[in-house]
Amino acid sequence: MSFQPVKFYQTGTFTVGNRLLEPDQRSVQANMERTNSLNSGHRACQGCGEALGARYAIDAAMHATNKQLIAANATGCLEVFSTPYPETSWQIPWIHSLFGNAAAVATGIAAAMKVKRKKGLVGDVRVVAQGGDGGTTDIGFGCLSGMFERNDDVLYICYDNGGYMNTGVQRSSATPPAARTATTMPVGPEPGNPFGQGKFVPAIAMAHEIPYVATATVADLRDLEHKVKKAMTFRGARYIHILVPCPLGWGAASRDTMKLSRLAKETGLFPVFEAQYGEITNSTKIRRLLPVEEYLRPQKRYAHLFGKTPAVETIARLQALADKNIRRYALLDKEAN
Amino acid sequence: MLKQIEGSHAVAEAVALCRPEVICAYPISPQTHIVEGVGEMVKSGELEDCEFINVESEFAAMSVAIGSSAAGARTYTATASQGLLFMVEAVYNASGLGLPIVMTVANRAIGAPINIWNDHSDSISQRDSGWIQLFAETNQEALDLHIQAFKLAEELSHPVMVCMDGFILTHAYERVDMPTQAQVDAFLPPYEPRQVLDPAEPVSIGAMVGPEAFAEVRYLEHEKQMRALELIPAIAKEFKAGFGRDSGGLVRGYCMEDAETVIVAMGSLLGTIKDTVDAMRAAGAKIGVLGIVSFRPFPLDAVRAALMGAKRVVVVEKTFAVGIGGILATDIRTAMDGIKILDYTVVAGLGGRPITKKSLHELFEKALRDDLPALTFLDLDWDIVNKQLERERKKRRSGPAAENILRDVGSHVAQHS
Ligand SMILES: Cc1ncc(C[n+]2csc(CCOP(=O)(O)OP(=O)(O)O)c2C)c(N)n1
Ligand code: SF4
Ligand SMILES: [Mg+2]
Repeated sequence: MSFQPVKFYQTGTFTVGNRLLEPDQRSVQANMERTNSLNSGHRACQGCGEALGARYAIDAAMHATNKQLIAANATGCLEVFSTPYPETSWQIPWIHSLFGNAAAVATGIAAAMKVKRKKGLVGDVRVVAQGGDGGTTDIGFGCLSGMFERNDDVLYICYDNGGYMNTGVQRSSATPPAARTATTMPVGPEPGNPFGQGKFVPAIAMAHEIPYVATATVADLRDLEHKVKKAMTFRGARYIHILVPCPLGWGAASRDTMKLSRLAKETGLFPVFEAQYGEITNSTKIRRLLPVEEYLRPQKRYAHLFGKTPAVETIARLQALADKNIRRYALLDKEAN
Repeated sequence: MLKQIEGSHAVAEAVALCRPEVICAYPISPQTHIVEGVGEMVKSGELEDCEFINVESEFAAMSVAIGSSAAGARTYTATASQGLLFMVEAVYNASGLGLPIVMTVANRAIGAPINIWNDHSDSISQRDSGWIQLFAETNQEALDLHIQAFKLAEELSHPVMVCMDGFILTHAYERVDMPTQAQVDAFLPPYEPRQVLDPAEPVSIGAMVGPEAFAEVRYLEHEKQMRALELIPAIAKEFKAGFGRDSGGLVRGYCMEDAETVIVAMGSLLGTIKDTVDAMRAAGAKIGVLGIVSFRPFPLDAVRAALMGAKRVVVVEKTFAVGIGGILATDIRTAMDGIKILDYTVVAGLGGRPITKKSLHELFEKALRDDLPALTFLDLDWDIVNKQLERERKKRRSGPAAENILRDVGSHVAQHS
């Protein structure tokens, strides 16, 4: 396995504090030994949140498992941009089978490792499954739920960019209400994606009472690393749902990936929390509460809300969703705000 | 050791003797007794170092199998009918990835109308999936073919389906000769994967392949099946040396020496056909039987050589390609390309319809007189069919066909009993 020597810069972010921290608290990405599990040279768009999230998540998982890791990947952008034949960006044992079966493939790998370990043929090899929101919340949902219910020793990571991006930005069950996609165009009496009942898979994962569930964004990569490492301290089924902006699908500037991730969290539209065995154990508080408009405005997928006559009612309904999240996941620190 | 046991249990024991490391399955009749059998052996500890996973669907079953096989574990699953169709996307994936999974298909019809009884529509629907397909004639052969299948699959790094007739074989109690663990161990070495997910030597498996290499990858799959044409007889020979009996191979002839009329079939039906042929031989008919064991790869040369001396061929198949007719018959015709032999296709036994010696006898007599149409539906009740056709002509909203026919069959049976 190749290691890329890392230079340390004063970046003005959390990484700057690394040298002051104890080695075990330092960022995996800032570590000389980081594995570059998803190496450079892949074909993701500039500013792709999924590429960023995957790199951090898998490097952290490699760190936590002492490089004893195998990954199963669903079809989707991550799979396509990382392995155009005959190139691969993966520095870890990696398999792509189908769109809807990553969780089950991972179960099979974990079962094989369990037997091989019992026979003394391998050490403690752990398994990660990963896929986009479509591969997770729609077509792969049956396999995911089965893996949860059996409590198979798999960490499943969902990279949620709110749509089927690889096939040209169609709607998935994780597409937020009002958002424009190629199959929910901003036309007709209810432009964009209709307000449905919602399908928030982290909550459904919690309903399976699996050992660990967490959400994260690519705005707080230390938090993401921490959650992946923590997930690896548990045995059984674990689920991490990461919000990953897609500049192409969202109609956003590549440079705004971090900003939009932060805004999703700071408006309350995307709750960041952890849960163990079905109960919430921690939620990341909003630092400075912002109205949802701040998050919606920079994205062309919401442009129809901000035309000549702004869709005040729709924006209010989206605000109500954020407010509900804030209440349900206790996202505001009462003392501070 | 000789044992009087159910076909499913015989297969379960044979699979256990092969020391599988991961077994995953989802229940569907008539496959259930097989996976219940292996499941119990894993749970009791009788089958050591094996994980048994109760998955939530057949799609998951094949997907788990893909994961465990790619991780280097000897992997087994079983299904039938709707279950096989439910896993199709993963079935093609397993062969495309070259993973040596062994799967039993307890052959059963495909709905609608839903039907749990035996025919070959399920596995035949996966004819072009890339999997090797071996058909068992008896429970002994079903047991033996599983042991051979693991060896074949692993040598080629390619998946193998062992097809056995649902209920007729799976649920029949018959005497079988169960090999010993030592015999199987001597025949089947531990699995050495060609490709494996291994942190010490990381590889990517299942990458996107474009037009520049796709055809080559597919061709290599074909090449493996062509190699299987040589391996299957070689393995059967080695099996005979170790276990003392003939099982498997590509095709098997019966009374073929001077046969002018050859009946071709697959699976347990061969038993009834042989009995019928025995009776006809006794009466002087020059008739023989060619059983197809390996349906994929299809042994064109072996079939051609076997049929060379025949005047006519009757293919009796438990499958049906709607819109054209025979499926096995089409392959047989390919094998006979350029030789002048009359050929007849007979679709029989669909959805568990019994194939009786009486019907076969009449059928073969007609064939000897060249008095058969090109395509025959054995024992099809034309009264029932015509009644429904008439109903549809008369009335636009004639209702669901199957339910109408069931009503007709009901009154038909009532009248005749
Ligand atoms: C069974 C099946 N149906 C549809 C597709 C087409 N398909 C491939 S990737 C994809 C979208 C992936 O969306 P998502 O899982 O959200 O990942 P993203 O590309 O957005 O990261 C679709 C619809 C497929 N490959 N397989
Ligand atoms: S379309 Fe979106 S998810 Fe796909 S590579 Fe581009 S930015 Fe990433
Ligand atoms: Mg997506």
